[in-house]
Amino acid sequence: MKEIRKKAWAGTMESSDAYVEVEPAQTLAVELQSVVQAQFGPAIEAAVADVAAQCGVTKGRVKVMDRGALECVIRARVETALLRGMEE
Amino acid sequence: MTKVVSSLREAIERAGLKDGMTVSFHHHLRNGDYVLNMVMQEIADLGVGGLTVNASSLFDVHLPLLDHIQSGVVSTLQTDYMAAGLGRAISRGAMANPVQFRTHGGRPADMARGVTPVDVAFIAAPACDCMGNCSGKFGPSACGSLGYAMADARYAKHVVIITDHLVPYPLQGWSIPETEVDSVVTVDSIGDPKGIVSGTTRITRDPVGLVMASYAARVIEHSGLLKDGFSFQTGAGGASLAAASFLKDIMLRDKIRGSFGLGGITGYMVDMLRAGCFEKLMDVQCFDLQAVESLREDPRHQEISAMHYASPVTKSAVVDSLDVVILGATEVDTDFNVNVHTDSNGYIMGGSGGHSDTAAGAKLSMIIAPLFRARLPIVTDRVHCISTPGKDIDVLVTQAGIAVNPKNGELADRLRSAGLPIVDIRALKEKAEGLTGKPAHLPQGQRVVADVISRDGQLLDQIRSVER
Repeated sequence: MKEIRKKAWAGTMESSDAYVEVEPAQTLAVELQSVVQAQFGPAIEAAVADVAAQCGVTKGRVKVMDRGALECVIRARVETALLRGMEE
Repeated sequence: MTKVVSSLREAIERAGLKDGMTVSFHHHLRNGDYVLNMVMQEIADLGVGGLTVNASSLFDVHLPLLDHIQSGVVSTLQTDYMAAGLGRAISRGAMANPVQFRTHGGRPADMARGVTPVDVAFIAAPACDCMGNCSGKFGPSACGSLGYAMADARYAKHVVIITDHLVPYPLQGWSIPETEVDSVVTVDSIGDPKGIVSGTTRITRDPVGLVMASYAARVIEHSGLLKDGFSFQTGAGGASLAAASFLKDIMLRDKIRGSFGLGGITGYMVDMLRAGCFEKLMDVQCFDLQAVESLREDPRHQEISAMHYASPVTKSAVVDSLDVVILGATEVDTDFNVNVHTDSNGYIMGGSGGHSDTAAGAKLSMIIAPLFRARLPIVTDRVHCISTPGKDIDVLVTQAGIAVNPKNGELADRLRSAGLPIVDIRALKEKAEGLTGKPAHLPQGQRVVADVISRDGQLLDQIRSVER
């Protein structure tokens, strides 16, 4: 069981990238804003949940601001933000 | 005698403007234009309503139109292009009547055919004399060519020139002659020079854009059309300009002397003229300061009207003599239909402009577009809106390969033997979706918010509301 211990972030607000912020919380909560919400919203939410599960994170708030990033980019940005947030 | 009246209000009253009439505007001042808003506010203050506004293009500087739509001053819009801010409001259902989209050639054609009669044309002119001879080449708000306004001056029943630079009679080098003008109004300023022309138009530095541009130049090189007498049009987008720059290198290397460059003229086309790539430039609209200066100084740089540029009902138009045009797209479908009216969410954010006119006229019409933009594939099964029909498109260039319309077997063979990566357009769609995932299908709204009318006057497609 791992949790987000501090505020951290990864990524940029450039087109085709995503900016991810994480912070401590009592449960795992994902918040998504995306320019392709209508086309890919559920797929992005599933990818974020999957990365969190792979990292073993069960507590923390994950905020994804997606500017049309490919799924591999979103996964990398989320993983980086989670790892940074789990550090002491 | 003088045609100068004391105020805009007097000019409107002298024009006899009444409820339900049509007023027209040109877009050479682009996003720097003060005149459309100034005139519409004066008309609103006079209490006239139910008007049709026929504008060659509308920009977001014209957002106050939404207030005039809501208050009933304006009931119908006719235009060739609408920027994204206005487009979003229209897509959301801001108007009861559908917007009528035409092309830069179809607009003057429908004026000439009497389909869209104009009662009063309000023409912003950067320089004008007291009898109405006017030009875009001079003055503090110089915009260069007044090509689109020439149609309004020719066909409107009553013509008002609005200027901030009144010069002694006679102004020489006019675009519109006094024979077509009823009155002249002077105002403090017709526009903001920063919004009228860009100081410089820039080539892309994006590696994807440069790959596409290099393919585009090589397609032209091996098309069989690049020889002495070659003619060319390209847009002002970064990748299109880069393609022009690569093409210039090829033309200079092989000592090819083209006949003319057409368009929407940028400094890059002026450079090509000066370098000897072309004998002439045919200019319906200047995009930057270098183009304005060249039109003013260089007799090889010729201003042309919208009719001369692209009208399908004139005895001939320059697009009919065009070899190659490079065009953009928000979407292209597997039948090569092109959308430049709406974005991938269905919101209006553009329009044909001269897209379908040049595509219909040119021997080779080429679309340059990336495989996907912000995770949305460019190639789709069916475009949201058909702006230019696939029968008029020859080639789609992406960074992942070049798709040739199957009607053009010979061209595909030529390009293939030149070593270019020719692929089926469906393979581009699959490749993009392999990277992005398959986007969910978006439901369309119930209401028709715009009619897209082809250059020959037929209903080509309809744009529906966005209700998400």
